[in-house]
Amino acid sequence: MIPETGVPRLLSGCRTKHDKVRGNWVLLAPERAIKLDDIGAAILAETDGTRSLGAILDALATKYNAPRDQISGDVITFLESLRDRRMLEVA
Amino acid sequence: MDAPTPQTEPMPTITYGPPIAMLAEVTHRCPLSCPYCSNPLELTKRDGELSTEIWVDVFRQAAELGVLQMHLSGGEPASRRDLEDMITACRDHDLYSNLITSGIGLTEKRMVELKKRGLDHVQLSLQGVDAEMADLIGGYKGGYSRKMQVAEWTTALDLPLTLNAVVHEKNIDRLPEMIDLAVAMGARRLEVATVQFHGWADKNRAALMPTREQAKLCGQRVAEARERLKGVLVIDYVPADHHADYPKPCMGGWGSTGLNVVPDGRVMPCHAAHTIPHLVFDNVKDRPLADIWEHSSAFNAYRGFDWMPEPCRSCDRKTRDFGGCRCQAMALTGDAAATDPVCIKSPMHAQLQAMAQADAEGDGELTYRTMPT
Repeated sequence: MIPETGVPRLLSGCRTKHDKVRGNWVLLAPERAIKLDDIGAAILAETDGTRSLGAILDALATKYNAPRDQISGDVITFLESLRDRRMLEVA
Repeated sequence: MDAPTPQTEPMPTITYGPPIAMLAEVTHRCPLSCPYCSNPLELTKRDGELSTEIWVDVFRQAAELGVLQMHLSGGEPASRRDLEDMITACRDHDLYSNLITSGIGLTEKRMVELKKRGLDHVQLSLQGVDAEMADLIGGYKGGYSRKMQVAEWTTALDLPLTLNAVVHEKNIDRLPEMIDLAVAMGARRLEVATVQFHGWADKNRAALMPTREQAKLCGQRVAEARERLKGVLVIDYVPADHHADYPKPCMGGWGSTGLNVVPDGRVMPCHAAHTIPHLVFDNVKDRPLADIWEHSSAFNAYRGFDWMPEPCRSCDRKTRDFGGCRCQAMALTGDAAATDPVCIKSPMHAQLQAMAQADAEGDGELTYRTMPT
């Protein structure tokens, strides 16, 4: 599991983009275009490659006025799914 | 309950939105002469290729239409000296650019420049795990060592690397070495694609068709490696459908997610659609891309479900596999609307399997393709 001190970072060749034609955010990666829901887009907006998972959780909890321990599971699951697919690494 | 008759059955419709991906076959020229080349028997010559200006404008149109990923392919896209300008155009229009290459024609200087222009990803073809096999299949001496060099430059530039290996009778048993090589080369992804018999490949059926046992072992090895290498290497796998019971969901449904622009500017729903003789393809030189996507008769020919004959029409798998591959139906039955013979429900299924078995037992000489100038 990604520790709170770990710093998640999208790998090179993986980037988010607002898809104007479809009106949603997407994560573009090698041979993949993943439609992001609002939560996924919010998580990746905070994933800047410098802040730790703990700092990202703090920011999301404040910004969306959500209980931190309630969102942490979803955030970690999401980031780990990207790590398993070689789109993200944790330093 | 009896199956509903075609007349009264509520027809689910494929709501085709904008295309997600475009394959830009920028040239047919290629230094390799792979016996499984899926390009047409009749290749476009250099003087028939679209100009830089037209390609750049097509990329703009594609982005406006909703394309997210631009796959630059061929032939060998590095044979075009304006490849750098095409990558710039992709970045200008915020398209994700993917260079699908054999590596031949790329230098370190060119790779640095492509990265500077905004190239997002490199997909390098792998014909074998050593120079002997790779150069035998590619028909190009020295190709393998050049390829290894391109892989090094790619990862050194921090560009993501995918290796694409077409597997067939002669190399499929060496899959474990391919996987090890991909990891050693620092690739993030490996595509293991069992040879498809479109275009030139059909001439080499007996030399390339894997046996049922080879195909099965390959599938098991992929499943094992995926588990073992989770978070290290992503493996995409195209199984040997001639030995399967159900067809592949070809293109995610005809004309639903992607389009293909060939070197002379014709726009096709898939890479092999040129093998269906009655289809008429519109050209980006004559019509806007969005108009072609929506109105081209070739795109509308097999969209949705209305074109389907039985047993596809009342089959509950049709929303999963969309009736399989039209080009394969054409090649094997002479009717592009026929049920894909790979399907166990096709009247041709037994014949297909017998043919696949006979080809697998056969051991023909490789017939290399020749290139236009």
